[in-house]
Amino acid sequence: MASIKEQFEIPAKMKTWSLALIALGALSLIAGFITKGSGSEEEKAVFIGTIMYNTVFWTMICNAAMFFICATTLAMGGFQQSFRRVPEAISTLVPIFGSITLVVLLYVVFSGNHHIYHWLDTKAVENDEILKGKAGFLNVKFFTVWTILTIGLWSLLGWRMRKLNSEADEAAMDNEQGASFIWRNTVSAALFIVWFALTVGSTVPWLWIMSIDAHWYSTMFSWYNFASTFVSGMALIALWVIYLKNKGYLEYTNQEHLHDIGKFIFAFSIFWTYLWFSQYMLIWYSNQPEETIYFKHRVQGPYKGIFFLNLIINFVCPLLILMKRSAKRNYTLMTFMAVLIIFGHWIDFYQEFIGSISKEHVTLGWLDFGILSFFVGLMIFFVSKALASKPLVPKYHPFLKESIIHHT
Amino acid sequence: MAKKKFVVGCFDDEAVLFPAVKKVRTAGYKIHDVYTPFPVHGLDHAMGLRETSLHTAGFIYGITGTTTALSGISWVLTYDWPLNYGGKPHFALPAWIPITFELTVLFAAVGMVLTFCYLCQMAPFVKKHHFHPRATDDLFVMVIECTDKTNTADLEAFLSNNGAMEVKTEIAEDGWWFGRYDKDELPFEQKTVVA
Repeated sequence: MASIKEQFEIPAKMKTWSLALIALGALSLIAGFITKGSGSEEEKAVFIGTIMYNTVFWTMICNAAMFFICATTLAMGGFQQSFRRVPEAISTLVPIFGSITLVVLLYVVFSGNHHIYHWLDTKAVENDEILKGKAGFLNVKFFTVWTILTIGLWSLLGWRMRKLNSEADEAAMDNEQGASFIWRNTVSAALFIVWFALTVGSTVPWLWIMSIDAHWYSTMFSWYNFASTFVSGMALIALWVIYLKNKGYLEYTNQEHLHDIGKFIFAFSIFWTYLWFSQYMLIWYSNQPEETIYFKHRVQGPYKGIFFLNLIINFVCPLLILMKRSAKRNYTLMTFMAVLIIFGHWIDFYQEFIGSISKEHVTLGWLDFGILSFFVGLMIFFVSKALASKPLVPKYHPFLKESIIHHT
Repeated sequence: MAKKKFVVGCFDDEAVLFPAVKKVRTAGYKIHDVYTPFPVHGLDHAMGLRETSLHTAGFIYGITGTTTALSGISWVLTYDWPLNYGGKPHFALPAWIPITFELTVLFAAVGMVLTFCYLCQMAPFVKKHHFHPRATDDLFVMVIECTDKTNTADLEAFLSNNGAMEVKTEIAEDGWWFGRYDKDELPFEQKTVVA
């Protein structure tokens, strides 16, 4: 094995930039708190909602990076080994962003903010047959316990996977050790996937996001959010891989690997659209008032522009631009598409949250981008730190050779 | 179709075949084709084949399917025979998307299969010359096209030196012709009696 640059060193410029972004975000948080946090109830709800969708979005896309590792591990995938430390580093953010999410969500629930979660209004629930029927799921106790469990187990099981993989840095494995290593990885990954399916795959988007429209329900909603966050997670992985390649790291990773990441982004963009459309068409077709209420102000009201912009960015662009093989192997185009897709799904989360909290006015403005910069800054800061803390390549991993000779 | 002279070299290992392909190309010979029992990754690059346009064709077929579906349904349901389905507008786009999607897939799939058969010159009753019967079993068969200046003895020696386990020169039909395998002579039939 030729000598490679195994250790990532954080460039000073990157640190400065990330800290600047965090400072900018903190500033806009304070400014937002002063201008909106003390205003009317609706303004306050929008302010908190803005923090909510950002933190939920970033927690879920960082968690999607761990999902990528676990899913490929279960599939006995080899191609991701040469860059797997990147999704690992991204997933170290789950406990950090997760605790922010936990604090924000529990604050909303315990302060009884029924402008955001209508089901917190006990008086309204008593006189409401639908909400009474949902009270077993939508109540403070269940919300608290399930949210803590969700974020706790995401962090714990993700940490287990990362710790297990550190063994591949230490010493060469013989056949038996390698087989046992793969087996333990498989078990850990399976545990994570089961918990992921119970949370992201079903309950958590219902609980955190869909319950803002307390009366409305869609069984497809969680899958829709899973697809949304998984695509953005893959786009984030692509961005970091391209960045590290540009800096001369990740020698074993090449266009072949980028091509596969691009395929994931392309395929799951289509999958996202499939769910988007399935949810929309069934509701449009049956045309029942309690279901169409979700789309009324999105398709015909003030959110029309954002709603269809969302579809153009997240479906039409990936479909037409990423379809060609050469596009998925082009570093510049992939960078552009990754940024575009993360932005598109961020907008998607925006309209999911704020579209229900503030039905009359589109509030997208400096505050949204300020808080976004706060999370982007944190993401850059902690991911680069996590990357620097470990070798970039798990050099004794039994499947590493498969990744090096990977060919699509 | 024309009859041409070919030099055929048979290899029993990919690892020998790849360098041989490269050497034959750098020596300036024209490779007619390489027949392998299974798809070999990277052989197209080694042979210098251009990338297939099958996917472009597929895209065009797909777009054709999309337009056919959308224009057909919208013409019928808004102009030719408008009906009221459950109070929906005549131009009920969301309801048409599944059909549009299916026609896109159908057009792309059928079109690409037919194009693939056309490009590979495959059809019922179309016959092509088999250079070596074991190409469908366990041999990698490289076929080199000769010009009138090619010295076949040199070329055969060149192939043998590069690992070919069997070499021969033959004059064979270049293109395809109509025929039936069960009526015509079989490619794996012994043509000469071995004494």
